[in-house]
Amino acid sequence: MSQHQAELRAEGRADQPVQSQDGMRDRRRRLGKRRRDEHQMVPDAVFTSYYGRPVVKASPWEADIPAYLFLGGLAAGSSLLGAGAGLTGRPVLRRAGRISALTAISVSFAALVHDLGRPSRFVNMLRVAKPTSPMSVGTWILTVYGPLAGVAGAAELLAPFAGRLPRSLRMPVQLLGRLAGPAGVGSAVVAPAVASYTAVLLTHTSTPTWSAARKHLPFVFVGSAAAASGGLGMLLAPVSEAGPARRLALGGALLELGVEHSMEASMGITAEPLHQGAGGTLMRASKILTVLGAVGSLFGGRNRVAAGLSGACLVAGSACTRFGVFEAGQASARDPKYTVVPQRQRIERGESAGA
Amino acid sequence: MPSLSGPLHDPAADAGWQNPPPRKGFFTDTSVCIGCKACEVACKEWNGVPDDGFNLLGSSYDNTGSLSASTWRHVAFIEQPAKPASSTVSLGMPSTVKPGEAMNPESAVDFRWLMSSDVCKHCTHAGCLDVCPTGSLFRTEFGTVVVQEDICNGCGYCVPACPFGVIDRRVGEQGQKNVGIAQKCTLCYDRLGAGKTPACAQACPTESIQFGDLDELRERAAARVEALHAQGVESARLYGDSPDDGVGGAGAFFLLLDQPEVYGLPPDPVVPTRDLPQMWRHAALAAAGLLAGAVAAFLGGRG
Repeated sequence: MSQHQAELRAEGRADQPVQSQDGMRDRRRRLGKRRRDEHQMVPDAVFTSYYGRPVVKASPWEADIPAYLFLGGLAAGSSLLGAGAGLTGRPVLRRAGRISALTAISVSFAALVHDLGRPSRFVNMLRVAKPTSPMSVGTWILTVYGPLAGVAGAAELLAPFAGRLPRSLRMPVQLLGRLAGPAGVGSAVVAPAVASYTAVLLTHTSTPTWSAARKHLPFVFVGSAAAASGGLGMLLAPVSEAGPARRLALGGALLELGVEHSMEASMGITAEPLHQGAGGTLMRASKILTVLGAVGSLFGGRNRVAAGLSGACLVAGSACTRFGVFEAGQASARDPKYTVVPQRQRIERGESAGA
Repeated sequence: MPSLSGPLHDPAADAGWQNPPPRKGFFTDTSVCIGCKACEVACKEWNGVPDDGFNLLGSSYDNTGSLSASTWRHVAFIEQPAKPASSTVSLGMPSTVKPGEAMNPESAVDFRWLMSSDVCKHCTHAGCLDVCPTGSLFRTEFGTVVVQEDICNGCGYCVPACPFGVIDRRVGEQGQKNVGIAQKCTLCYDRLGAGKTPACAQACPTESIQFGDLDELRERAAARVEALHAQGVESARLYGDSPDDGVGGAGAFFLLLDQPEVYGLPPDPVVPTRDLPQMWRHAALAAAGLLAGAVAAFLGGRG
């Protein structure tokens, strides 16, 4: 930001407000690009700040966290598909689901530890169980889910080698094989919590765009998880077994697209970061990929190539959703506009917290 | 289970302390702040807080920018255009007009300088404390909020949770003191335990930073704002003093001379935990929906 702008912002007072220069530029750019945009109805923000500096702090999280949001959802949906396939006699889909879940949750775990300022102190997460901390709740959900998904996945990974194992290992592997079924079902029971709690992880913050999405984001995230895991199932299993994956993917995609739309409509000015910058680009990519994947699985789901391509689109779309929501939130925290304007509006409407 | 939001007289007792001492806090009266930054220096010296870079930010005399992991007191400087007060008495200071010549009051544009020493608010309902997954952040017997640096694993969740943007994870080379760990004002927990005044309040030469029992500070602040209004300083207002606000009242509150956002403070802060029960309900509903959807995907349709 130029010094001139900084001064403008700093000097703007409630009785002589100044226009946010960024806001004006963004608006012009939007108007040029798109004819119809419901967000044109949001008037330009007039607000005051301290040298344009953020009021709240953006999370110190990097790509690890949105990657985890995506992979956690993918693992959860894959566990559901794996368990369902196991119960309905679809061996390839079962195997794909269980191995996908194990892989995704293992990478998630690595990402979560890597993201810590002190990775060596990861175990401190297990000191307490706090319902007010979604991260603590999530830790305990993963502590239950991880081993269950791990047993089911490990059994599938080892099954092809069962005959070639040394005698001493046969017993443990046979035991693993017998536990795989119950463990897989157990992981599927916990899986929905894995997919939905991550929304609360973001919304239980003072980050404007995440906080304003609190009513809708859990539904967007489970939709995204269903679309991604269904898509992966379509990619990995033959069409003869992939029926449930197609239906899960389609339902998830529709839920995600629909709820995301009403979410943005309910967010006022804090929806802007979902349309601008890196967050906006990712959200647009997410919508295109998810629509392509949904249409493809609806009309081409019984063709192996079309099903695979549609599945890949849905997986990529889900990743874009998570990274998009993450980046939009980070951007909303860095710009004081998204903190000050909604709070001022609340005060003007007589709905302030103290009113 | 401690309460999640709303007024609360004794957060220490709510957190489980038996017969805690009176709640301690700061009343920062910015109307007498002279911007000397003695508080910033005293805080760094006492708490062993490293420098956070020697930068010239180009924003008046403010070169630390904001509260951070290594700035636990932050003095804001705001230069505002303002008409000189009509009641000022000439002190015979050097001026731009000839001696004896009166300045045209219409063209005499003066400016006013707002200075304010910001600090952690030690909220009654602290977002940072609520989201901490390790129990590193805790409520002390004095009702303040403190990080236990040997427990924090640097998850960073407290950083976006704070509605005031106070707490941050310290950046720097690995191996330096507390790098990777969340840091903020402790209201000098060690000094409080020894019956001492926190370093910033001790160092403040104008008593802009006042330390004491919160109940007494609130009375003192109400009297001060009344006195300022009587003197014609209409813009004086308290910030963070009300137990009815979105954080249940701050343990460190302020007397400001302009809107909070002018000082970089949120005008209507709310602890995110207020809406947490609703968020968990929505998440549970979404999870149930996913489970039902998966079951339907296997039961419905062909193939």
